[in-house]
Amino acid sequence: MNYWSEFKKGIWAKNPILVIGIGMCPTLAVSTSVSNAFWMTLATTFVLTGSNLIVSLVKGFVPDHIRMPIFISIIATFVTVVELMLNAFQPGVFKALGIFIPLIVVNCIILGRAEEFASKNGIITSMLDGLGMGLGFGLTLSALAFVRESLGANKLFGLTLIPGMQPSTAMILAPGAFFTLGLMLWGMNVINSRKG
Amino acid sequence: MEIKILLGILISTIFINNYVLSQMLGLCPFLGVSKKLDSALGMGLAVIFVMVMASFFTYLIYKFILIPYDIVYLSTISFILVIAALVQLVEMVIQKVSPSLYQALGIFLPLITTNCAVLGVALLNINSGFITSKMGLLESMVQGLGAGLGFTLALLLMAGIRERLELADIPKNLKGLPITFITAGLLALAFLGFSGMKI
Repeated sequence: MNYWSEFKKGIWAKNPILVIGIGMCPTLAVSTSVSNAFWMTLATTFVLTGSNLIVSLVKGFVPDHIRMPIFISIIATFVTVVELMLNAFQPGVFKALGIFIPLIVVNCIILGRAEEFASKNGIITSMLDGLGMGLGFGLTLSALAFVRESLGANKLFGLTLIPGMQPSTAMILAPGAFFTLGLMLWGMNVINSRKG
Repeated sequence: MEIKILLGILISTIFINNYVLSQMLGLCPFLGVSKKLDSALGMGLAVIFVMVMASFFTYLIYKFILIPYDIVYLSTISFILVIAALVQLVEMVIQKVSPSLYQALGIFLPLITTNCAVLGVALLNINSGFITSKMGLLESMVQGLGAGLGFTLALLLMAGIRERLELADIPKNLKGLPITFITAGLLALAFLGFSGMKI
């Protein structure tokens, strides 16, 4: 039961984007299409779970005052693995995501979980925490991408939604990202204030 | 002629491709440090300095270490370590030279390491093809300067608006992050107007 609660807290109660408010750059920049969001989620979840595993393994013998550089090196290693894999097997995705793949290194969610959770907890709970946080990140990202792609490009998974409609390009550019996330956070606040 | 190219890079990174409002890099400090004007200014100046220095060092490392030894795939790891070391250095120097500025910047200094705009500018310098260019070092430093100035501009605009939003009558559920995002969206919409500029 304990494992289950460590896993599911990332999805709503401690959702990294909506509740804690970290990891904004990839969220806003990559949510231009649902397929981009999917690959970004996969890459981030892999790095998050892997770095949580290694950090929780080495937590016993990492000196406290140099833990940050060590954590960042661990994360950067996993990101390089993802970079090389995507470049080899999914070159189209690699090109579409551009610099946001190497920028996973500075995604605050990953360093945040390493510092706050994995450096204090066991291996299995750390990995579950990573998976749950990755899933919460992915669901938020997908919801955002769903709205932005359908309104901004009049497309979903590459299919045209309403033939002949002029899409509002601003939704696929930066302003649309800010507006959509702002409205989502508003909706979340409304739901939470009704509950409590 | 060279001045014209450099000026073009500078203006396009500040306005047309503003790192925060059109490329969406460096949003964490943009949202976190934009509550007060003076701390926003301090953060902006520190970021400008780190960006210019990071552009300088990562360019040299890429051109004279990573390419000759054919280990370009290590660029992410080496860049982030350079930036972390640089931030540490800046912290130490500021602490020694001006303790009052160090006090004012406080916790914002170490946070620059995880500012994705800094790593972003280092990576974009490589992607923009400055490596093969004749005066690439200067170009990437100018790009770093422009990125920092653009970041500071966005941060200051946002801080100015947020200081007034504090006093405004906003529905309870919109307070805090939601209204900040909607404001940022309006700012981004305004910056979209610059994309019609031709350089």
